[in-house]
Amino acid sequence: MTAISSAEPTRRDFLYIATATVGAVSAAATLVPLIGQMNPDASTIAAGAPVDVDLSPIQSGQIIKVFWRSKPIFIFNRTANDIKLAQDVDWQSLRDPAPDSARIKSGHEQWLVVIGICTHLGCIPLPHQGNYDGWFCPCHGSQYDSAGRIRQGPAPLNLYLPPYQFISDTKIRIGEDKTSQA
Amino acid sequence: MSGHSTYQPQSPFMQWMERRLPIASLVYSSFIAYPTPRNLNYWWTFGGILSFMLGVQIVTGIVLAMHYTPHVDYAFNSVEGIMRDVNYGWLLRYLHANGASFFFLAVYVHMARGMYYGSYKEPREVLWILGVILFLLMVATGFMGYVLPWGQMSFWAATVITNLFSAIPGVGDPIVTWLWGGFAVGNPTLNRFYSLHYLLPFVIAGVVVLHIWALHMVGQNNPTGVDPKTEKDTVAFTPYATVKDAFFVGLFCIVFAWFVFYIPNYLGHSDNYIMANPGQTPTHIVPEWYYLPFYAILRAIPNKLLGVTALGAAIVVLAFLPWLDTSRVRSANYRPLYRQFLLIFFAAVIGLGYLGSQPPEGGYVIAARILTAYYFAYFFIILPLLGLFEKTKPLPNSISESVLRHGVAAGASAPPPSGARG
Amino acid sequence: MNRAMNRKTNSPRSFIVAVTLAASLSGLGLRPGLAQEAEPAAPPRQHWSFAGPFGTYDQAQLQRGFKIYKEVCSTCHSLKLIAFRNLADPGGPSFSEAQAATIAAGYQITDGPNDQGQMFQRPGRVADTFPPPFPNDNAARAALGGGLPPDMSVLAKARSYEAGFPWFIVDAFRMYQEDGPDYIHAILNGYANPPAGTTLAAGTQYNIYFPGNAIAMPKPLSDGQVEYTDGTPATVDQYGRDVAAFLMWAAEPTLNARKQLGFQVMIFLIVFTGLLYFTKKRVWHAVLHDPE
Repeated sequence: MTAISSAEPTRRDFLYIATATVGAVSAAATLVPLIGQMNPDASTIAAGAPVDVDLSPIQSGQIIKVFWRSKPIFIFNRTANDIKLAQDVDWQSLRDPAPDSARIKSGHEQWLVVIGICTHLGCIPLPHQGNYDGWFCPCHGSQYDSAGRIRQGPAPLNLYLPPYQFISDTKIRIGEDKTSQA
Repeated sequence: MSGHSTYQPQSPFMQWMERRLPIASLVYSSFIAYPTPRNLNYWWTFGGILSFMLGVQIVTGIVLAMHYTPHVDYAFNSVEGIMRDVNYGWLLRYLHANGASFFFLAVYVHMARGMYYGSYKEPREVLWILGVILFLLMVATGFMGYVLPWGQMSFWAATVITNLFSAIPGVGDPIVTWLWGGFAVGNPTLNRFYSLHYLLPFVIAGVVVLHIWALHMVGQNNPTGVDPKTEKDTVAFTPYATVKDAFFVGLFCIVFAWFVFYIPNYLGHSDNYIMANPGQTPTHIVPEWYYLPFYAILRAIPNKLLGVTALGAAIVVLAFLPWLDTSRVRSANYRPLYRQFLLIFFAAVIGLGYLGSQPPEGGYVIAARILTAYYFAYFFIILPLLGLFEKTKPLPNSISESVLRHGVAAGASAPPPSGARG
Repeated sequence: MNRAMNRKTNSPRSFIVAVTLAASLSGLGLRPGLAQEAEPAAPPRQHWSFAGPFGTYDQAQLQRGFKIYKEVCSTCHSLKLIAFRNLADPGGPSFSEAQAATIAAGYQITDGPNDQGQMFQRPGRVADTFPPPFPNDNAARAALGGGLPPDMSVLAKARSYEAGFPWFIVDAFRMYQEDGPDYIHAILNGYANPPAGTTLAAGTQYNIYFPGNAIAMPKPLSDGQVEYTDGTPATVDQYGRDVAAFLMWAAEPTLNARKQLGFQVMIFLIVFTGLLYFTKKRVWHAVLHDPE
């Protein structure tokens, strides 16, 4: 094929550019379903739907464990003493600073809802253990207080808070939070 | 055949790579500069189409395997989960299922091209035999893949086809038990078919490499059957063959998309949407359309062992084609009598395909026996005799000569200056 | 013999002759008479909103069809692969999320075991699938005198009929994929008095369109049986259409999305192939028109 020596783009060049562009777009388009199919499918998303928990059977001072999206969730019905211990801490000096008020829903201070996965390397901490009236993680010795904040040990952050909201005074919905701005 | 030019690495990095692993020059000499006969028609694009379809099947198969469960209690529902819940699952499943049909359609056209133009003749015998091996691998892969959804046809096709091996005298029954992994088609069978169905496409890919290597050793055939003699007879593979292949792949994809998006269950059987029931046989067990001609041959022979032998022979006989066809002339364009018999052969195969879909009763059986007789007579009687007795047309002296005879008059001898075209 | 046949022949003509020969050998007058089973009549083809390249489900029809399933069919037929949340999916009956939750809550779902090791019943949630009317196949057979009502999740794709030659070629061009709904509609409307001299097996009824003409299901629908609040005629013919459409949705809920994406892909492929065609012509111009 003879060489093209003209300086301006010819109709031939436009055709080749158009074809190559459409080809590139089609190659990109084929990637969409191939990559998208690995995202959670509809049944997985449905199984991860919010879970309603009735708080009335939980006694004062008791910590229960429920599952949401295959994660353990601790629900702690804190006694007045637990709340006082959490509020009296100089929270600004903590490794992951957070006041007790940021860890609970206003008007429901007695209820602490946290994800029970140690923020160090993912073990499930043991409730009502450790020196801080909270949790103790047996894997590497992290200790959390009665607001779920890291106080001692290698974990870098406080126990995570799941999205949740009170749908009545005795019922919470874990997995959905239409009230909070934070 | 040597290339017109060799790869010259430009950048220091490519020079460094070339010395250590010369992939770039291999790709260049095999698929860019590779001399291709200039007179290839569109029947020659089906090799590229097959490579494309193998890629489609492997990619869609791998992503489907992320969601499928190969257990008799879960298989059917996992496929329905793919169809309903997995993002684009319906698309991937229909691409894979219809892709198998289009893969076979392309391979039958590819084989027909080979038979018409004598592409199996010397020196392409090994190339052709590798192709027969590829076809056998495809048949096995497709059969096992169809079992995986665990519908009624999946289960009963598996039962019928594995039972064929019991026809082997002496060791037949132990072989069948060994294939099943049990006393009937069941969970062990499903699991091992899944494993092998995942494996074989990569074996196919490996044999395709051998197939292309064997092709490049001897070069492509062409519609005249006359070997390229000078550089004027060939063009570089890229861009000439590449763009022709791409265009026909596009056309092929349009037909493929017609089935995938608008008639995705057309080529399938509705009974396969019924979960497998070992206690109830469907009224008519039929394989997918691409196995129907062989199914018809199997059922045409009243004796079990002979029927199974005929089924195997119908495919294996293809491997002997280079020696059964005694003619020295390759292309059917120059063998008018051979051409007639070959076209009747193609019609007989299509007819056998239709008969394979019908119940084996009455007139259908008689017709199947007639067509089966023609099928084998073509290979064992007609082809050997034709080469000895037929009168062939005179061949062109070269590819260029045949092109010039059919194309524009040879008055334009010098190409116009560059830039004037366009 | 060979020389006598060695005459100039026309390639397309001989091919057509050969194909016709094969087809006629196969089809013409050689249809065997099956002694044991009379071929049922082919179901008449109906008009469906979801047929053709631009077909979509009719939301109102699917809701009516669901009503029929719920009030009549679900007594015996399960729908195990459909979840309540699917009722709110786009491209289907498209109830609201709240309506789907209400429908779900009206069903009792077996769950458990609880901390005492017992299975218990609880109201349905949208993530649950429709609970089957019988705990297993044997219970269904025992309750219904031996017959097993099939699950209906993919029934509309699991039923078809032989259309014969040349329909199986023509239908590919006409994009006919509604053989299942046509069959279901025909069955529901196909109950009739058996012709004189026919004996039916005990516990079966005569149906024009059922293979073997003897169906174990008693006529499930009569005119006016299910109330329609949108003014649609409450006839068996209409019920048949609506429930067949609903079952087609149950079998193929992604139909709307499939045809929509199909249109985009086809346009794209036609444009792309066209560009490739002109590219090919341009690339080959020198070789084809100025051979040296």
